[in-house]
Amino acid sequence: MTDANRQGAELDTQVLTSNGKGLANQAEIESVVANILVELKDIPGPLLPILHEVQKQLGYVPDSSLPIIGKALNISRAEVHGVVSFYHHFSSKPRGRHIIEVCRAESCQSVGGRDLESHAKAALGLDWYQTSLDKEITLEPVFCLGNCACSPAIRIGEEVYGRMDAEQFDEIVDELRTVPLAFSANPTEVK
Amino acid sequence: MTAIVKIYIPRDSAALSVGAERVNKKLIQLAAEQDTVIDLVRNGSRGLFWLEPMVEVDTPEGRVAYGPVAPKDLPSLIEAGLLNNAVPAERQAHPLYLGLTEEIDYLKKQQRLTFARAGIIDPVSLTDYKSTHGYDGLVRALEMSSQALVDEVKESGLRGRGGAAFPTGIKWQTVLNTPAAQKYIICNADEGDSGTFADRLQMEADPFALIEGMTIAGLAVDATQGYIYLREEYPHAKDILNEAISVAEQNGYLGENILGSDKTFHLEVRIGAKAYICGEETALMESLEGKRGMVRPKPPLPAIEGLFGQPTVVNNVLSLSTIAIILAKGGKFYQEFGMGRSRGTMPFQLAGNLKYPGLVETAFGITMKELLFDFGGGTRSGKPMRSVQSGGPLGAYLPESQWHLEMDYEALAAEGAVLGHGGLVAFDDSVDMLEQARFSMEFCVEESCGKCTPCRIGSTRGVEVIDRIRADENRDDNLELLEDLCDTMVSGSLCAMGGMTPFPVQSALQYFGEDFQKDAGASPSSSNQEAGQ
Repeated sequence: MTDANRQGAELDTQVLTSNGKGLANQAEIESVVANILVELKDIPGPLLPILHEVQKQLGYVPDSSLPIIGKALNISRAEVHGVVSFYHHFSSKPRGRHIIEVCRAESCQSVGGRDLESHAKAALGLDWYQTSLDKEITLEPVFCLGNCACSPAIRIGEEVYGRMDAEQFDEIVDELRTVPLAFSANPTEVK
Repeated sequence: MTAIVKIYIPRDSAALSVGAERVNKKLIQLAAEQDTVIDLVRNGSRGLFWLEPMVEVDTPEGRVAYGPVAPKDLPSLIEAGLLNNAVPAERQAHPLYLGLTEEIDYLKKQQRLTFARAGIIDPVSLTDYKSTHGYDGLVRALEMSSQALVDEVKESGLRGRGGAAFPTGIKWQTVLNTPAAQKYIICNADEGDSGTFADRLQMEADPFALIEGMTIAGLAVDATQGYIYLREEYPHAKDILNEAISVAEQNGYLGENILGSDKTFHLEVRIGAKAYICGEETALMESLEGKRGMVRPKPPLPAIEGLFGQPTVVNNVLSLSTIAIILAKGGKFYQEFGMGRSRGTMPFQLAGNLKYPGLVETAFGITMKELLFDFGGGTRSGKPMRSVQSGGPLGAYLPESQWHLEMDYEALAAEGAVLGHGGLVAFDDSVDMLEQARFSMEFCVEESCGKCTPCRIGSTRGVEVIDRIRADENRDDNLELLEDLCDTMVSGSLCAMGGMTPFPVQSALQYFGEDFQKDAGASPSSSNQEAGQ
C-alpha cells in the first residue's frame, strides 16, 4: 500500500538506523533472524511477532530475511513479502535514527493538525516516508495515536507528544539532531 | 515524625504526552533536596485531559488535585505545602488548586462503572485492584456454571462497545454452544478511530479489569487461551498490560488452576502493525494468524469458526472490562442504567476542538449537546462550533440541528448517525467540509484491505471526484457521481470500512453542501490555516 511512497533518499551502509545501531551486513542479518526464529517460530501465529522482532533488532525488515523466515514457517517468500508490505509499520528499507510520526486524523485536524503536517514536511524538507540526507530523521504519517484529548499529537519512538505546535516541533527536532558524541565518533566502523 | 505524604502523578500516555514524566522527575529531585520522603504513586488518568498533568495528593479531607502542573510550578506547590499536608487554607491559595478530586464537577456528574478505578489506583497494583472490589466478579464466576455466566451477561443487556453494538451475551452463547477442543477469547484493542481513546485509558488505568473480564469470558465459553490484539501505536499500554498480566500470573489469577480451581486461562498481548482494518474482527484474526489483515466473508461467524478455525469470542476492551463489574454487581444492577435497548453506561470521549476534552462515562441517553457544551465547554478556539463527527472516521458529520440527539445506538442510527465507539470530534467554523469529505475517502484509500472492489477502487475514485468538484469541473455532474459512488460503496462493500466510509461524505454533502460550491480559488486547506495559529 505504501511502498510507492517510500522513495526517500537511498541509505548507504554507513549510517545509524532506527534500531540505534548501524546497518547489519548479510551475515549479521542471517544470524539475528536465525536467533529470532528459534525463539518465536513455534508460537501460534508467529509471523507478526517475528517481523516485529526483526524490525526492532535490525531497524527494518531486509528483503534478504524474507526467504529465511518463509522457509522456517513453511510459507513462500511471496507470502512473507505480502505481509510486510501490507502493514504500514513494517519497513523494507532502512530508516533514519529517529522516526517522527505526525498524526493526520480528524481530531488533530480540528486543532491545526493539517498545518502541523505542512510545517513538519517543510521544516524537515521531507515528504511522508522519506529520510533526511543526514540519515537522522524519517517522517511518517500516523492515523491516530489515541491522544485525541491532547491534539495535535506526534510520536517519536516510544514517546507521544501532545498539544503540539510548530514552535515545539522545531525545538524537539533540534534536540534530536544533536547527536551524542559516542554515536558520531566513528561511523565508518559499521558496515 | 509526620506521616509520609502520598502523591499521585499519572503514567497515562496522554499525561506523559504533555509532560507528566518531567513533573515526576522534578518532584523526586526536589523532595530529595529537602530530605523529604514521599510515597509517589504512578496512577492512570482520571480522564480530565485538559488538566493533565494532574497531580493529586492525599490529605485528611481526601484526595485533592492540582493541574495542569508543569515542572516549574513545583517549587510554589511545595511552598504551598504539597509535601507536608499543609493546612487547607495554604493549599487552596495556590492558583493550580482544583479542590477535592471527587468534587470536580466534570467527574462528579459522571456515572463511572467501567472506569470506576481509572486514575484512582496504581494500575499494576493487585492490592489496589482488590481493595476496590477487583476480582469480586471472578470469585463469583468460579462458582457459577458456564450457562449461568452467559445468562448473567445477557441479563445485563451489554452490547459490544467496539461500535457494532452486538449483544455480548448472545455472541457468548453461540461460542458456548459450539463444541471444540480449543476455543479462544480475543480482546480487540485495535482502537483506530480518531477521537477515541477510552480503550487506551482503560488499559493504562485499570488493566486488571480487562484481564478479569477476559478470564470470566474464558470460564463462560470454556476457552483457555486469550489474546489481546493491541495496536502498535499504544506502547505504554503494552508495557502496563504485560506488567499486569505477569502480576496476575504470579498470584494465581491467570494460568492453570486459577485461584485453586481446576480452571485454566492463559493470556498474551499481541501487537498490530499499523493497519486500521485490523480493528475489523475477521481481519484482526487473519493478522493474529500471521497473514495480511484481509477481511473474511461472514458466515462463518467467528463465534463458530474464528481464530485458527476455532470458536472465538471477539470483544472490545470496554465490553470485556465491563464484564468484571457485571459479575461483581450482577447483570440486573448494570441494566438499570441507560435507555431503550442501550443498557448500562457508555464511556464517551470528547475530542478535537473542545475546551474540556476528556472521558465522560454516563448512562446512555445524555444528549450530544450536553456532552459538547456542559462537559466539553464548547470550542477550544472560542469560535462557533460548526460540525461534530460522531463515532470515528466512519461516522457522520453532524450540524447544530442534530446535536439535540440522545446518545443511544438506535436514536443516532435513525438519523443516519453512528454512536460507534463513543467518540465525538468537534470542529469550529474554520473547518472546510469538502476537505473533511475528501479525507474520509483518502483514509479509505490508505487503509482499505483491498479485498472488495467498492472499497478499494471506490475510495480512490471518491478522492478524484471530490478533487474535480473542488476544481469546478462539471461540478453538478460530479456531485451526482459522488452520491452514486457513495451508494455503491454502502451497498456493495464487504465490511464496514467501505460500507461506512461514505457516511461522513454523505453527511457533509447533506448538511454542509455550501462547502462543495466554493470556488477552487480558495486553496483546499486555506480555511484551516487559522485553526493552527
